[in-house]
Amino acid sequence: MGEIFVVVEHRKGEVREITYQLFWKANELCQKLSHTLTAVLLGGKNEPFLDEIKERADKVIVFEDERVKHFNGDFYKELLVRLIQEHRPFLTLIGHTPWGMDFAPSLSIKTGYPLATDCVDILVENGRPRAVRQIYTGKIFSRVAFKDSEGYLVTVRSGAFPIDKAGEHKGEVVKKDLPEDLPEARRQFMAFEDTGAGAIDITQADLLVSIGRGVGEADKVPIMQELADAMGAVLSCSRPVVDKNWLPKYHQVGTSGKSVKPKVYLAFGISGAFQHVAGISGAGCVIAVNKDKKAPIFRVADYGVVEDLFKVAEALKGKMG
Amino acid sequence: MEIIVCVKRVPLTQEVDLEINAQKTDVRKDMLAYSINEWDNYAIEEAVLLKEKQGGNVTAVTVGNEEDEEVLRRCLAMGADKAIRVDSGSLVLDSVGVAKALAQVIKGMPHDLVLTGVQADDLNEGSVGTMVAEMLGLSHAAVVRGVEPEGDGATVRVELEGGVDEVSKITTPALLCIQTGINEPRYVSIMGIRKAAKKELNVVKVEDLGLSQDDLAPWTTVEELYLPPETEGAEFIEGDPATVAEAILRILKEKGVSK
Repeated sequence: MGEIFVVVEHRKGEVREITYQLFWKANELCQKLSHTLTAVLLGGKNEPFLDEIKERADKVIVFEDERVKHFNGDFYKELLVRLIQEHRPFLTLIGHTPWGMDFAPSLSIKTGYPLATDCVDILVENGRPRAVRQIYTGKIFSRVAFKDSEGYLVTVRSGAFPIDKAGEHKGEVVKKDLPEDLPEARRQFMAFEDTGAGAIDITQADLLVSIGRGVGEADKVPIMQELADAMGAVLSCSRPVVDKNWLPKYHQVGTSGKSVKPKVYLAFGISGAFQHVAGISGAGCVIAVNKDKKAPIFRVADYGVVEDLFKVAEALKGKMG
Repeated sequence: MEIIVCVKRVPLTQEVDLEINAQKTDVRKDMLAYSINEWDNYAIEEAVLLKEKQGGNVTAVTVGNEEDEEVLRRCLAMGADKAIRVDSGSLVLDSVGVAKALAQVIKGMPHDLVLTGVQADDLNEGSVGTMVAEMLGLSHAAVVRGVEPEGDGATVRVELEGGVDEVSKITTPALLCIQTGINEPRYVSIMGIRKAAKKELNVVKVEDLGLSQDDLAPWTTVEELYLPPETEGAEFIEGDPATVAEAILRILKEKGVSK
């Protein structure tokens, strides 16, 4: 019987949702493979969410120290490498988040365990895991095999699995101190800063006219703003539009922007990268206009139009009078 | 300040129909256009901006074949001082193999900062940068959207979820994985690329870096590629733009959001 590790991600006293998605998959695999689930929590003294974690794991290993109250990649790496070398877990699950991406590749190099990143599924057959990933802008799925190893590391895409329900377990809590020979961190946390606040609030709109890379150039953005105004909608956008400085960040929908919940989301020239799609899961209805019939946005949209977005925008504006 | 930037040439796959090859290990690439990986374009721009502010040298590095030199020439045109291509021959490298090749070549050069993109457009693994940092023993930060060098360190701004930035201080030398949007990459003209042809572009073979085929054996391999499972997907609205617009307005009315 082996062990599956889930690395708990938390921020400002709250567990990040990705952690419960990792628990869901870990619990499923543990049942199938008769492994035990160990949650690994690095946090400050008496983190308020320890009970939530206990209910979802057979064991919780807790490093309690003010030095790891806030995420620190150096400490996470050092502590997890030692723990993995001690326990030799079959599988270690980590969120494919900015923080997970910061330490998972280091763990792989330090432990020699192979790593698959940004995975949407994990399959185990005859004791060997395989990871499922999406590549080439989400148009192709890839099943990945690992070199032979005692243990394997996987980072999981946010939203790939449902959220694990509490109550199945009463995990035993094992508290550990930070080792005395822990090297000093080379990175010091200073502050969180909110970059999303601005003149408009896209999260409250009932109708969003949203634009993506397909708009092509900054000069075309006013055309879409006029359309939004004529329709009584708020203008939002996907990441490339903000990256290119066509619109300020507070217009951005998606993982690194805002999650929105309009009654109708009208997407113009948005390909539908998963980071964007994650931000519109609360939309009542999604209508997508895109030239590329294979664009991933059509897989999540309710209605699709394969057409030049400006032709549709012009026709819509014409009918608004 | 000595800055090294790791870049990759990737196929453009948006608005293109992709076909899986007969071995099901990759897509057919013969018909695809190529470009510099978008994240790397921001990384090279950031390196050149830092050099313009602080002085120093920028070296662009890629691992690949002769065709991949195209992105190095682009980096030289953007302001890199020299470029190195690590020739991996016919080996199929995974992210660990690429990271080993990069680390081995960077090891022999002075470096205050090593910049990579957060991930690449094609396989979006997002692991090479941090692996290189680990192999070289450098401090590092992933998903960086701001860098301010000061003294023997730098203030970095890491992009978290939901519009939140995490600001921290990092010691240098450091490796930073650069996120899109950190700057506005400059335009590169054909003329600019021609002018940069005089700059130094060296080629080094992986075996000359002391890396054997065993050293570079992949830790992960693609077993099979397949098309996404069919989902119900969107109901397509057909017709000319006027017909489509009418249909959209009907839906808006139905959902109670028509003006």
